[in-house]
Parts: sequence; structure tokens; C-alpha cells
Amino acid sequence: MTRVIWADRAATAVLWGIAFFVIGILLAIIGHFLLASIGTLSLSFIFGDPSDSTIGGVGPVLFNSIYILTLTLLLTVPLGILGGIYMAEYAGEGRLTTIIRFSQELISSVPSIVVGMFGLALFVTLTHWSFTALGGSLALLVFNLPLLTRLTEQAIRAVPADERRGSIALGVSKWRTIRHVVVPIAIPGIVTGIILTAGRIFGEAAALIFTSGLSTPSGYNFANLNITDPRSPWSPFHSATTLSVFIWKSNSEGLGLFVHQVADASSAVLVLMVLVFNLGARGLGRYLQRRVTGT
Amino acid sequence: MSDGIIDGPVPEVEVTVVSQQPAGTDVAGREEPAVTPPRPEPVTHPEPAAKIGAETKLEMVDLTVHYGAFRAVRDVSLQIPANSVTAFIGPSGCGKSTILRCFDRMNDLIPTARVGGKVMLDGEDVYAAGVQAVEVRRKVGLVFQRPNPFPMSIYENVVYGPRRHGMKDRRQLDEIAERSLRRAALWDEVKDDFRQKSGLTLSGGQQQRLCIARTIATDPEVILMDEPASALDPIATLRIEELIAELREAYTIVIVTHNMQQASRVSDRTAFFTMGTDRAGYLVEVDDTVRIFTNPREQLTEDYISGRFG
Repeated sequence: MTRVIWADRAATAVLWGIAFFVIGILLAIIGHFLLASIGTLSLSFIFGDPSDSTIGGVGPVLFNSIYILTLTLLLTVPLGILGGIYMAEYAGEGRLTTIIRFSQELISSVPSIVVGMFGLALFVTLTHWSFTALGGSLALLVFNLPLLTRLTEQAIRAVPADERRGSIALGVSKWRTIRHVVVPIAIPGIVTGIILTAGRIFGEAAALIFTSGLSTPSGYNFANLNITDPRSPWSPFHSATTLSVFIWKSNSEGLGLFVHQVADASSAVLVLMVLVFNLGARGLGRYLQRRVTGT
Repeated sequence: MSDGIIDGPVPEVEVTVVSQQPAGTDVAGREEPAVTPPRPEPVTHPEPAAKIGAETKLEMVDLTVHYGAFRAVRDVSLQIPANSVTAFIGPSGCGKSTILRCFDRMNDLIPTARVGGKVMLDGEDVYAAGVQAVEVRRKVGLVFQRPNPFPMSIYENVVYGPRRHGMKDRRQLDEIAERSLRRAALWDEVKDDFRQKSGLTLSGGQQQRLCIARTIATDPEVILMDEPASALDPIATLRIEELIAELREAYTIVIVTHNMQQASRVSDRTAFFTMGTDRAGYLVEVDDTVRIFTNPREQLTEDYISGRFG
């Protein structure tokens, strides 16, 4: 009897240990960069003039990150969710779906530098766009769409069959059942998928170096809302260094007096952004689910 | 008690009830007379039909169901009178639920299922070409074994069907919600907070009554129940049974149950199914419940209800 109790306690302790270890890593990362960027991280670091030779002015780069994130999500989320619904509800089982699943896994695991090279050939050279935010977004789409499709499919499949049948038995069509019962129940899973996708977008550097480029037009004018003007920050047709690419660039080029401070502070900003985005997405997911289920 | 007049010998085949509907009443003009095979002298039930209502609401003619190559149900022919409660009893695996789900075409959801023979609602074949399964299911509701309310408020659960069928008027929806909840004997327990409270916070018995209210809200003519009380405690079961007794005034009810006391308590008619050596389920007999439980015609039925079988 005591052996059983001890085994139970040991197992519990190990599981707690693992949980604390994971939380510990997260806190260590956040803590490390916050400590490293003391004295550097300030409002002027973000909103300062980038052309100033002192520390600061990651504002445009941060904006680029958010811009590419948004653009990529705008492309990925509708396609990924519809694709996931299709795979879960309509595709059935057959040779085609097997091939699709295999391709999804393959593309998701292709090294992102390879996707970057592919993007360079396709979205930069072939299209004659040169380095653009849009090209970067499309490169990110290449490996994020299969991931989100897969995660949505899994979330949809996890919806209990009884809920689905309950709606079908009321004479409601399959599509309406999916829209009004299945997808609302699957929202938390879909939101998790979007967060994972978004995390990869924020963090991606390799695929963007060759597609959205290593430079940002100087003198962003946010009042310029003409999206066809390549100098407008809102236009998808200009090169756009993201925060991750900027960190890589600062560290690898190592030019300037304060590169390490800049890289550390930028990392802190990036980690905080990811944190804020995740919490925001969770909140939005909860809100959406409450809206569609009417509770 | 039934009238006790049974003419004709007791047939040795499993199907004892044969269509009382005169040949040629088939609406769509399909070859109904040709399909009905010659059978032993039909056993007629002169009284029960008159007692319950002369109309036949549901009918099956030579129903056969296959799952892939496996024949799960064979040659079921029976009639279900309007505004009555018919219980389906029989051992596990005899195909009761499968047969039940032919009435509302829920078997369509199983890709390998194939249905042969005829299933008729008000004399019209629900499997005929051009008949939409969604239309059939609006007229024939189904209550499941495990309560399956949607993760929404009680109110949204009840008006889910009408909403999906295009009803937008708030007042109408409110009326339907109240009426359905009253009918399902749930109103008094939830009337104060049914708009905010999630259906999932209710007890099992309440959830099942919510599912019945949800079914009633789409205004069906028939309500199928697939072991609706088997996941509930005795008190909740009793409430469901009382509810069935009230609902039979307005609906034709078919209930699958493993509980023979329940069948004898709630139903007017009882159909006993079993399975053959090939594991295909078939109908042994269908008759007035009182007769099935006191003096069944078939030895198999006798054995089952007296516990010597299954």
C-alpha cells in the first residue's frame, strides 16, 4: 500500500517539476532580456528617430513585424480555417487526402531558410516585386497555411459527434451545423492554431531575409494612406525588415556602438509582443465563442 | 387488454405484422403491390387501430439495412399508428436503434449504411428520390441516449432549430422557447435564468428534457427516442416517462428501450426484435403492449420478456 502511495507522490512530484521547469524557462527568457535591456528599453527606444545614430528607433521595424503578421494572418486564417473544415468534414478518406496530409507535414517541416530561397525565386525575382512585405507574407503563408489547416482540422474533428448529430437530427443542413455548432465549439482549438502560427510569424527571420528584405524605407509617414505608394508604411510593396530580422542583422553585422544593447532591447520587445498577442488572441477567442454560442 | 380476437394460425416466420394499408394507396405510384411479397395469412388487429387512431403515421415495408457487406437488419415490416407510443425492445445488437434511425434518415450519416425496402411517413417514402433528408428530419425529431445539449444558453438551445430554419422574429422565438420548455416540463425549473444559463449546467435529466424541448421547438409530427432515459437516475427517468405520456397526445412517439418495465409503462404498442444466427436483426412481433407482456404470440417473445433469453 505504502509503495503505491510513494509511487503516486513521486509521479506527482515529477510532473510538477516538469511544469515548473517549463514556466521557469519562460520566466528566464523574459527576465534575461528585461535585465539586459535596462537602461536601453524606453519609450524613445521604440518611438525614437531611427536615423539617429544613438540607440533607438525600432518603431518602424516593430511596425513592420505587426504589419507582416497582420497581412499573413489575413491571408492564412480564412484559407486555413476553410481548408481545415474541408479536410475534416468533406474530404473523406482517400488517396487524395492522404497526399494532402503528407504534403502538409512535409511543407511544415521544410527548413524556413529553404522557404526563403523559394520565396526569393518566386515572390521577389519572378514577380519583379523586389523585396516586399507582401513577398514576405506569401513566403510565411507557404509553411503556415498547412500548419493552420492541420490544426483547424484537428480542432474540428475533436468536436463530439453527438453535438453534430443533435443539430442534424433537427433537420439542419450539414453546412449550417458546421457553422453554428461545430466551429463555435472548435474555436479554442482554432485560436490555439492561430497563436502557434502567429508565433512562427513573429519569430521568423530566415524566410524573411530573402523576401521582405533587410532594409526599411527611411522616413515612414503614417499619414500617407495611399497603399499603392511604395513609400507609404501601409503599402505591402516596400521592403520591410521585421524585428526578428533586425535582431539577426544587428547581431551578425555588429556595426555601430550599441548593437548589443539594441539587440537585447529588441528581443525584450519581441518577447513582450508575443506575450501580449497570445493573451489578446485567447481573450478574443473566448469573446468570439461567447458571441456565437450566446451565453 | 386487447380484444383477444386473433384469427389465423400463428405464423412460423418472424414477421407477423403485414401492411393493413390497402394496396395501391401508395402516393408516388411506385410498384408497391409488386414489392409486398405474399405472406402467411396476415394477423389482423381490428381493435388497436381504432383505439389509438385509425391513421398509420409510420410504416416500414421489407426494411433491410446493410453496413458494408454486413446485413444488420432484415425484412422488417411494421406500422405505427398516429398519436401512439410504440416501444422497440430486444436484446443488444438486434438493430433497434438502426431501425429507429431509418425513420429520420439519420443512417445517412454512416457512409457504409445502405437501406433497402420502404420507410414511409404519412404514406410517402422518406428514401424516395427527390426527398430531402433535412425535410424528413424536421418532421421526425430524435432524442438521443445521452443528453446532448449544445454549449449554448438554454434559450438558444431551444430556438436553435427554428432559427436555423429561418425564423428571425424575436417575439415568435420567445413564444416557441416558452411553449417548448413548458411542454417538456422544464419551464418551472429554468424560467428565471434560461436566457443566461448554459444548457450544460443542467442536471442529466434536465438536459434530456431540454433536448426534448429542442426537438419539440421545430414542431415535428413524430418524436423518436433512442433509450432516452438509460443514462439517467430513477427519478429523472420517471419524469421522462411522465413526459412521454403527456406528449403522446400531440405526437407519434417511437421509443427504443432496454428496460422492459419502461416499455410496459409508457407504450401502447410494443415491437420485439431479435437477431438471427447471421446476426441480422429482425422483427419477431409487434402488438399491443399489454398483449406482448401478458400473452405474446411468439415463444421468442415469451422467453425474452420472462428473462429466459438475452
